[in-house]
Amino acid sequence: MTEPGYTPSPEQAAETGTLAARIALKQRAGGIVVPIVTVVIAFLMGGLVVLATGHNPLLAYRAIFNGAGLNWIFHPTTSMASTASYNLSQTLLQTTTLILCGLAVAFAFRCGMFNIGGQGQYFVGFFVANWLGVDFASMSPLPHILIAVGAATLAGALWAGIAGVLKASVGAHEVITTIMLNWIAIWIGEWLVADGGPLQNSSQPFNPSSNPVSSSAELPVFWGSHTLGGLDVGIFVALAAVVLFWALLNRTTLGYEVRAVGFNPDAAAYGGINVRKNIVRAMAISGAFAGLAGALDMLGYLYGFSQNDIPLSQVGFLGIAVALLGRNTAVGTLLGAVLFGALLFGTTHGLTGNVIQPELAGNLTYIIQGLVVLFVGADVLILYVWNSRKRLRPARSASAAGAS
Amino acid sequence: MSDDHVLEMRNIRKEFPGVVANDGVSFDVRRGEVHALLGENGAGKSTLMNILYGLYRPDGGEILIQGKRVSFSSARDAIEAGIGMVHQHFMLIPVMTVAENIVLGVEPRDGLLLDERGAERRVRDLSERFGLAVSPSALVSEITVGQEQRVEILKALYRGADVLILDEPTAVLTPQEARELFEIVESLKADGKSIIFISHKLNEVLEIADRITVLRRGRTIETVPREGATEESLARAMVGRDVLLRVEKTKSDPGDVLLAVEGLEVRDDRGIEKVRGMTFDVRAGEIVGIAGVDGNGQTELIEAITGLRKAESGTITVASEPMHGANARRMLDAGVGHIPEDRQRRGLVLEFSIAENIALHDYAKEPDAKWGWLFPRRLVERARSLIREYDVRGGGPLTRAGGLSGGNQQKVVAAREISRDPKVLIAAQPTRGLDVGAIEYLHRRLVAERDRGRAILLVSLELEEILSLSDRILVLYEGQIAGAHEGTVSEEEIGLEMLGGREEKVA
Repeated sequence: MTEPGYTPSPEQAAETGTLAARIALKQRAGGIVVPIVTVVIAFLMGGLVVLATGHNPLLAYRAIFNGAGLNWIFHPTTSMASTASYNLSQTLLQTTTLILCGLAVAFAFRCGMFNIGGQGQYFVGFFVANWLGVDFASMSPLPHILIAVGAATLAGALWAGIAGVLKASVGAHEVITTIMLNWIAIWIGEWLVADGGPLQNSSQPFNPSSNPVSSSAELPVFWGSHTLGGLDVGIFVALAAVVLFWALLNRTTLGYEVRAVGFNPDAAAYGGINVRKNIVRAMAISGAFAGLAGALDMLGYLYGFSQNDIPLSQVGFLGIAVALLGRNTAVGTLLGAVLFGALLFGTTHGLTGNVIQPELAGNLTYIIQGLVVLFVGADVLILYVWNSRKRLRPARSASAAGAS
Repeated sequence: MSDDHVLEMRNIRKEFPGVVANDGVSFDVRRGEVHALLGENGAGKSTLMNILYGLYRPDGGEILIQGKRVSFSSARDAIEAGIGMVHQHFMLIPVMTVAENIVLGVEPRDGLLLDERGAERRVRDLSERFGLAVSPSALVSEITVGQEQRVEILKALYRGADVLILDEPTAVLTPQEARELFEIVESLKADGKSIIFISHKLNEVLEIADRITVLRRGRTIETVPREGATEESLARAMVGRDVLLRVEKTKSDPGDVLLAVEGLEVRDDRGIEKVRGMTFDVRAGEIVGIAGVDGNGQTELIEAITGLRKAESGTITVASEPMHGANARRMLDAGVGHIPEDRQRRGLVLEFSIAENIALHDYAKEPDAKWGWLFPRRLVERARSLIREYDVRGGGPLTRAGGLSGGNQQKVVAAREISRDPKVLIAAQPTRGLDVGAIEYLHRRLVAERDRGRAILLVSLELEEILSLSDRILVLYEGQIAGAHEGTVSEEEIGLEMLGGREEKVA
């Protein structure tokens, strides 16, 4: 029979509430410990995989650490002749993108929505930045950059806004619509640089890639060589976005509305807040972060793209792991982005030597990413284990007493 | 231990993270006795009963049934030991018949099939033996709430219960139905069954119980026989201080009409017309009470007046300003305050701090914010002074609202609504689930706000609350006003109108 005496306590009632309410509940249950434990377990399990392939996990992780340029901390230098400096600058390039993609997911989360469309919104920003970066070549750098970045950010906002409008008007679930919008963005990108496509390279017919952006649209590089793809000022934009994210949520009436709707739409409506408006607006802001990420990548170090690049990009999805690990907070997302940025570069291009096969190393990032999403996403499971741990203890003593 | 003890719980202890719900509670039940368990919310009644019913494991203490020590690991064990429980919220399957619901899980079989006729016969025998009038072949969806409760009682008896736990059994019943329940309890008692009657209603307990155990903050305060106990003495034991049980108020002095509702029709989410042409008004300085059984249009009426739901037709006027098609924001700005019926779902954002919750309506206005920029320190300052004024306990301005007790949560809601200085205050079930102390506070507060010239619309399922607070009473039945009263009126008279003027149909 079912348990008829199950009267949910307020805490348990929150479990059945909105996603944001459940996440907040879990945050209280585990505090900062859970994300740390999550990462440690993910690394341990990743280590087991390395071990199973006959390599030493400790050496592998050290190679990844060095590959990410984190050993730079022990020998700081700004000379790009140093491998550590170069690796670190590349890690920070990845981090820049992941911060913004993470913030995109986190912002929607705080309004009770799961934006899986970061990848599509990133692409839309990426394409628009290429288009405007290639055109207006006669412009002076500052306005050119501002226009290209601004338009790309707006494009990301509009792209995500479609999902927001669909949810607010007909109740279409954002998980479904954002995934569909991802595919639409991907195929638009394929078409843009296909033969005869509007962004296809004008000097190389039949080459399915774009023109490089004009030098007036390129972001200044401040660490490393411009030609070797050094670190551009985009990272400062991303750090500013972290501050903006925090202030927007915690210090503005807009953020108050977003959080109220995220925790409890019924109470928000009762408070006089327009829930639908907030759904659309929060999705648009979420998409703006992802669109900005696309613009910074395009104008900061990639400058162009080809058809082959499109299926390879996974930053929008990594943003989900970053946001989940960072508990959808500003600082947490920043830290999550640093971790995944280091993993991303440290296991691929930065990795040297034969400590571990490069194919395995790259997949290690995805193994760890997957485990993090699994652990953080499976909040119900974690809560269940957490609660049953407490239930079991008195149960054992009670049955022991009964047996005596 | 004497032989007539069917059940004894000794020094029961149960801890939840941060709370000791039961701290050495002892309690016993004799054969053929009604033993009331009295206490405020959070006193530990439910925890104790969930332990007895096998849903929680105690951290300490022991349970004896017929003098034998037992340890339950599930409700099934408790049922096998002869314990039955009727919960506040019934767990019946509406599309099945009464008999099918009762035998569910322990069906009499005829080969591989359910022995339908055998089941109905056994249910009929049981219901006749205890005077529980229900038709075994009726569908549960077609019977009244009072009859559903009887089905739940029959379910427990069918499983061989000797000890029956009734959890706040009268909360969902009309006065007539409650009377019938008491007769059933008497007949169960006469048959040698023992009943544990959980309640926080003092008059009921004094009427039905043989002995009364009072719990407070997880401890047994006293077990007393009914003889000699008074409402005052029990309330004092429950709360730990003297409590004013009767609402003291002077005659009302109504002024201008502040809320006028005319020909209001409202549909629910499924498009069913729940308010069907209501016309009434509420004047400054009076409390108008709306009585009625749950689900007769109360929720839709309130949602329409507060702008949370569009009315189908009719007009709402606040302080002579027509509010046609107004949304929640406009109603709030026009001076409508609202203490919602469900403070956890609607009245509060449980994850927000007290300060943020107090700002829920005016977060975008000065001094809370300017040009869209929020000033958290001002929110905290205002919350701090309201917490003091309304005596909110259990936390400061930055405490999460969900961490407060029900009474203190309701004080936060009341503080927010009243401090906005509303012209019209709608109080929906303002004391639902609150304990005696908090009820006393809120009732006094509502009367005080009336005397300050607010128009108060009180919507409550508790007839006693309506009768003791209202200056005028409207009875709501199927979305229409079935009766209007001013001055003294009996509980029975209103109870009859609550059922549409008809006697409850007995199947």
